[in-house]
Amino acid sequence: MNEKKPKSLLYLDGVSVSFDGFRALNSLSFVVEPGELRAIIGPNGAGKTTMMDIITGKTRPDEGEVFFNGDIDLTKKDEADIAQLGIGRKFQKPTVFESHTVWDNLELALNRKRGVFATLFYTMTAEDKARIEEILETIRLTHRKDELAAYLSHGQKQWLEIGMLLAQEPKLLLVDEPVAGMTDAETAETAMLLKEIAKSRSVVVVEHDMGFIRDLGVKVTCLAEGSVLAEGSIDFVSSDPKVIENYLGR
Amino acid sequence: MITAFLLRSLDRKIIVAIAVLLALAVFVPASNLLLPEDSPLHVPTYLVALFGKYLTYALLALALDLVWGYCGILSLGHGAFFALGGYAMGMYLMRQIGPRGVYGDAILPDFMVFLNWKELPWFWYGFDQFWFAALMVVVVPGLLAFVFGWFAFRSRVNGVYLSIITQAMTYALLLAFFRNDMGFGGNNGLTDFKDILGFNIQAGGTRAALFAASAIMLALSLLVASGIVRSKFGKVLVGIRDAESRVRFLGFRVEHMKLFTFVVSAMMAGIAGALYVPQVGIINPGEFAPANSIEVVIWTAVGGRATLIGPIIGAVLVNGGKTIFTGLFPEFWLFALGALFVAVTLFLPKGIVGTISGYIASRREYRKAASAKPVPIDAEPQAAE
Repeated sequence: MNEKKPKSLLYLDGVSVSFDGFRALNSLSFVVEPGELRAIIGPNGAGKTTMMDIITGKTRPDEGEVFFNGDIDLTKKDEADIAQLGIGRKFQKPTVFESHTVWDNLELALNRKRGVFATLFYTMTAEDKARIEEILETIRLTHRKDELAAYLSHGQKQWLEIGMLLAQEPKLLLVDEPVAGMTDAETAETAMLLKEIAKSRSVVVVEHDMGFIRDLGVKVTCLAEGSVLAEGSIDFVSSDPKVIENYLGR
Repeated sequence: MITAFLLRSLDRKIIVAIAVLLALAVFVPASNLLLPEDSPLHVPTYLVALFGKYLTYALLALALDLVWGYCGILSLGHGAFFALGGYAMGMYLMRQIGPRGVYGDAILPDFMVFLNWKELPWFWYGFDQFWFAALMVVVVPGLLAFVFGWFAFRSRVNGVYLSIITQAMTYALLLAFFRNDMGFGGNNGLTDFKDILGFNIQAGGTRAALFAASAIMLALSLLVASGIVRSKFGKVLVGIRDAESRVRFLGFRVEHMKLFTFVVSAMMAGIAGALYVPQVGIINPGEFAPANSIEVVIWTAVGGRATLIGPIIGAVLVNGGKTIFTGLFPEFWLFALGALFVAVTLFLPKGIVGTISGYIASRREYRKAASAKPVPIDAEPQAAE
């Protein structure tokens, strides 16, 4: 396994973490290659969100290794460091700045200097403006750019959050249940959006919606009880008897 | 860079507020000093001192609004920074008394002679110089805020827990300053001031000048605060208030942002305290009382948090009310204050200014919807949001 480390974008090996005796992750190993779009499925409590917490520095693993971009040890960094390294995260519940306009949400997310004085004396450049307009176009929110994010529909908030992640220019995007609560049309559009995004970066999507995963048509990892149960194409994974017993059969 | 920062800070409401403050700084002292006492426009000296005191309260409320309204840090200990600024100024004023004290000691303030102290404690050195005292007025509260914030924000102490420890901080200082051997006058505090910068502190001219200084400092602080909240930094602050983890995952160092804001706010509170002390003529440990800090929260809530102008209006209105009310029914003031807070929380959750600007914004929306042709959304940013 170790020889894969240098070229993989994200590398987890033997990661375990317990909360009050409950083992949320049990020796989880998992690799994402540069430019890959990966879907993760699994029953509730399988450790999907905990895995994201570990990668983004919110939770420290009890044991195991987490490397990014070859040899950057993520277990020694905090959320802000990891975000600046180029890992973006979308939460399960859409989390945008409701009392800011759509435009300001993107301005804040833009990958620029983030220090106290850099932000205090920041003025918008033409380049930054063009970039925000481009993202607005991608997430189909140009016509609502001056409205407060609070007034967006649920689906539009999800897109705005994805747009904020794009503005962050991450190398790796972690997306937690992007289509929860979306209509079928919105779900299909979101699948297209994610595939477009994955052209230029790696994306890891956690999702329950099997139809959506099928739309994505990518390699699938099934987690259960804190470790990997099966990995492969959607047809391969969904015909695995262990997966059927643990997840699909329920 | 600085120019862009300052230009951005000016919107219509802020310009009006600053103009009003500067006009007050000129006209109130002028009418007090130049007009004859029987003129209907004459402002009596006791009112100049009273309103000067309100202006320092307004500056304290503005400082609180910066951390509470914009960054979501509900500090219940801002009175401590105010009092520390006040003590720094009080120490300067004590040393100006010189040999005119009751005991006639040229160096030692009266209370030290009374306690049989032989020499000046080291931390009183330098306070005979105004520039040093003026520096300490911002440095001491700023330093306390820095140390306190460094630990609190790094450990991610949030919400009600943070409020409780700020309250504990001001209470601890209250107890410490009550002790005689702390060297700050104990229970009685610092008083019997004579001169400030060589001018008699009781004189009408000095009082008028202190009023003008308070109004100008308030205008300046409003300009700085507005510059902060209108910058990208200010937007990050509001982001921290509304969705802190999102800000973290965007790569911002939330603890640095909070620390900076907390320190700036504490410095403003210190300046407010320093202007307060010469106008009321005394500073004692009572200023550290937790109830004082909670009152500041009420002024800010009444005026409207996250509006900058609201807290100024709130501080002046509530304190004006307090002055009138305690004159008429002194024993009922605290009940009235409590009732006011409950009423504002229930019926005016955005405070006076927040409610008015919300009403104006909704009228504007309504007119826009009524007119058939689409109008681009008004670019003027809302101070309230």
